[in-house]
Amino acid sequence: MVVAFVIHTVCPIGALAPGESRVLYSRVFGPDEALFQGGQRLQLNAEERRLLSVEKLAVVARQVQSAVSLHREASGHPPVETLPGEEALALQDADTGVLRLRCGDPYLQEVSALWLAVNCLSFVILCEPHENLLLAEGTLRNLARHCLEHLHMLGQGSEILLKSSRVDVLLSRLLPHGQLVFLNHRFAQSLEKDMAAYMHK
Amino acid sequence: MYSNGTESLIKQAREIQESELQKFYSRLIKLLQGKEHGHETIDSLQRLRLIVFATKYTRTLPPELHKSLLSLLSSPVEQLQVLSSAVLRETLPLAAQAENYNQDGNSQLNTHAAAVLLAQAQSGDDLSALCTQLLRGLDNRPSEGPTTHLLPHTLPIVNSILTHSPESLTEDNVTLLSKKLVDWLRYASTTQGGGASSGGFFTGSRSRQPLPIAELDGTVSGDFFTVLCVGQGFTEDQWMNVYSFSMLRHWLLTFHSVPGGTIADTDDRSEMDGSVVSVVSVTSSSSRLLPPKERLREKAFQYCQRLVEQSDRKAQKKTDGDLQKACLVEAVCILDSVCVEDPSFVYRVFPCIKALFGRLSSDLSFARVLLPVAQFYLNHGEMAAVDCDCVWNLVLGRFPAELFNDPFLAHELLRFLRLNLENVQLRVPQYIRHFPNLLKFLAWDSPAVIDDFVDLLPSMVTSGTALELLHTLLDLPCLSATLLLQHRSMCLPISDPGGRNLASVNAFRNPSFRGLFLFLLRGEAGAGDTIDRLSTLLELLSEAADWPRVVQCAQTVPILLHIFFNAVVNVADRTLLGQVLLVTLERSSLLLNSPKYITEIHRVFSRQLINLCKLHPSLVIDQSHELLEFAGATSNVYNKQEVYTHVVLVLGEYLSVSYDSRCSTKLITSCFETLEAVLFEITSSAPHPGTGCPAPRAITTLMSALAKLASRSHDLIPRVSLLLSKLRNVSSGGSVSWCEDDEDLDSVLTLGEELCALLKMPGVAQSVLNPPAHVTAPRWHQDTNVAMPLQLRALTRLTQAHASHAQHTPTSPSPHTST
Repeated sequence: MVVAFVIHTVCPIGALAPGESRVLYSRVFGPDEALFQGGQRLQLNAEERRLLSVEKLAVVARQVQSAVSLHREASGHPPVETLPGEEALALQDADTGVLRLRCGDPYLQEVSALWLAVNCLSFVILCEPHENLLLAEGTLRNLARHCLEHLHMLGQGSEILLKSSRVDVLLSRLLPHGQLVFLNHRFAQSLEKDMAAYMHK
Repeated sequence: MYSNGTESLIKQAREIQESELQKFYSRLIKLLQGKEHGHETIDSLQRLRLIVFATKYTRTLPPELHKSLLSLLSSPVEQLQVLSSAVLRETLPLAAQAENYNQDGNSQLNTHAAAVLLAQAQSGDDLSALCTQLLRGLDNRPSEGPTTHLLPHTLPIVNSILTHSPESLTEDNVTLLSKKLVDWLRYASTTQGGGASSGGFFTGSRSRQPLPIAELDGTVSGDFFTVLCVGQGFTEDQWMNVYSFSMLRHWLLTFHSVPGGTIADTDDRSEMDGSVVSVVSVTSSSSRLLPPKERLREKAFQYCQRLVEQSDRKAQKKTDGDLQKACLVEAVCILDSVCVEDPSFVYRVFPCIKALFGRLSSDLSFARVLLPVAQFYLNHGEMAAVDCDCVWNLVLGRFPAELFNDPFLAHELLRFLRLNLENVQLRVPQYIRHFPNLLKFLAWDSPAVIDDFVDLLPSMVTSGTALELLHTLLDLPCLSATLLLQHRSMCLPISDPGGRNLASVNAFRNPSFRGLFLFLLRGEAGAGDTIDRLSTLLELLSEAADWPRVVQCAQTVPILLHIFFNAVVNVADRTLLGQVLLVTLERSSLLLNSPKYITEIHRVFSRQLINLCKLHPSLVIDQSHELLEFAGATSNVYNKQEVYTHVVLVLGEYLSVSYDSRCSTKLITSCFETLEAVLFEITSSAPHPGTGCPAPRAITTLMSALAKLASRSHDLIPRVSLLLSKLRNVSSGGSVSWCEDDEDLDSVLTLGEELCALLKMPGVAQSVLNPPAHVTAPRWHQDTNVAMPLQLRALTRLTQAHASHAQHTPTSPSPHTST
């Protein structure tokens, strides 16, 4: 199962310290980890649990950001500015990688963070380590493509914040409740038709 | 991409004033009370979502707004469902909200409402209730009315519950679902679904003759429906087929984890029942007679077998080709877990896996698919009495050598090794032999895989590989540079005028240096620890020393060295440790000149030198010749001062009869003379221009070492005193050429005076400068001499406390504590 899906920044932001990342969208799937896997050690109320969950996502975003910057530094390719309309090209040039996050750092169980970085944003799928990473990679690419297209992310707009329900719908089709689904192109087309009406509202 | 506009939106959402917020809430409540929900409602909801999401501190919504949002969850408009679900998940639930909601919409639970219930479940009971409700919905199927989208998502929700709280599913639920899964996986319709108009979830057969489903290469399908079958549209049970397969592996792992035939002592009764059932023999008799779990296993086997065969077809679209690979991985994993559960399957599954391996082993683009195959061989190869060498040679020999730059392969291969480490160490001799190959992953992308190597490296340290491994670790930045050169020399044309880094690429292509690079790129250990012309190689690679990838690699080496040394003391005997020590001395001058690399490695060497000698003081006597040679070279004071200082420290400390009886007076004297000569040389003349002054710590360490040696052989004392007084005289003039800082000079001279004074009393000097072990490691109450005063003191305190306590309390006599 996928634990969470996150979209966050990987470029330096003036308002934040270097190395800090702004989480623009996040969706945690399933019931709260702290309740069901903490062995009831932590007696937290709902508010504290949400705070913990958000902080964990922030930690993940920071880790991925440093992984992305190290990767880009090593490969010697600085992020290329692509214009709106060149989504396919942006996706082709995107950097991808996978990061292992140990038990406790920050989730109670070990997770693998698959990331895909386009310019200054990164899409991350956090999944359980025994998950089918080939499938997860394909799903991540698919999600990124749809997000780039439907939210016009290569431009200067803020649809990622203002139309985030589109990402919700996307996730409910392609990653329902965190389940990675084996979709061949026909199934995917069927889902896309289903979503198309929604996306153009 | 990320603009100032976005940043300011977030800021606004976070810093919205309370009054404005309350106004916004009331306006929204009014909007939601209306019958129609137009653009304004949607926009306001979206804004509410942003406000709630933007801050990590949870906002509490007014109860009325909360209730309106709850009712929106069952709205027919999906956008409203989505938005209300998103907001509700980020806010605190109202008390008893879950129960209220559950009782209301029974079979009208849609996927977004279910998401809220899942996210806000407080306990296993909540999840159980949700689960029961969903499964009830599975049975009472016909639901006229709006498309609810729930039925297909039942399985993902159940899977989510399974992940977090498997106990929430009762035995009945498990049986019911097992039966359903069998139906969907094996008996889904083989004709195409209705037209594309209705979005695919609910169809009925239209008047047209239904077409059969097709394979990915376009041919008509001849067998049951799987995820690799296509059609114009899909029926409901075909969708369920897809979702069933997507969760099949997890289902099998969770509920069938008891190996067939043995009753594991778990405290879960349902699992025990399951295991009793699986003792029933499961040969290929009619599968209808099998209990549900066994039947599911059989169907899973058939499904996976079909997938493997379907993956051989050439898909017309690239995304389908990728899906075929993912399906292969999943199928092999499922087959593996089926065989683990019920070993009688191995004989039926193995031919299929073997054929798959044969088909794919020559195609590197299927490398990631072959990893589950390797896992299968590791788990069941012995049972099937199959020779697995070809698998390991491919996975450990070829993959790292040619695919080191694939981050996903690296991650999965290293994970495979980590999880199966014990088994691999036992059954796969190629693992240790191919360590140079595995280190290529580290050389290429250190930050991503260093974590895995922290776990794997100790297993690679054996008495046979220790020395070669040490050399290889020290040369890791060189390997990194070489891999880059290999990569570049393939990309760059033979003659590239004006190209950067021409010199190193040329060197790489030069036949006379070929051997050097080939040594670094070797895949197997055992050819030799290192090469003679290492210094040449280092020179050739010097321009690569500041390439980012090389620098990143160099930064991880010190950590790895520490792990190496920690592991090597466990597996090596004194002889081998002596050789390790020699390697550190030798290599301290043979390192790639990467920024800070040499300093860091010297620091590691110094620390580990002390550790090694503390553990085995006799090492100093064993290697005294080489250590003295190192200590006698004055140039080492200047260009390897950290290591030098520690070598002198070690000599001073451990060259003594109390540590090893082989230590003769002659040895002490010769060591003394070596150190004396060096100290004299560095303090009597100015350093060469460009080398800088010797570190004050080196000088003080030399002085202390000389004093320690003299205290063990008293006829050396006059010589030390003479040397130290000469030092004092020379420096009495003020500044000296060999020390720039006045404070440092003061410390040096003070130490000199103290040592002189101490050595005037040889007996005292001997015990001060060579403290016996029991002084430096106090044993407190374990030491009979020290114990008595401690015991007396403790008794006194106890009795005094007791006496004063008895004074203050009335009558009741307290029992005496006896010691």
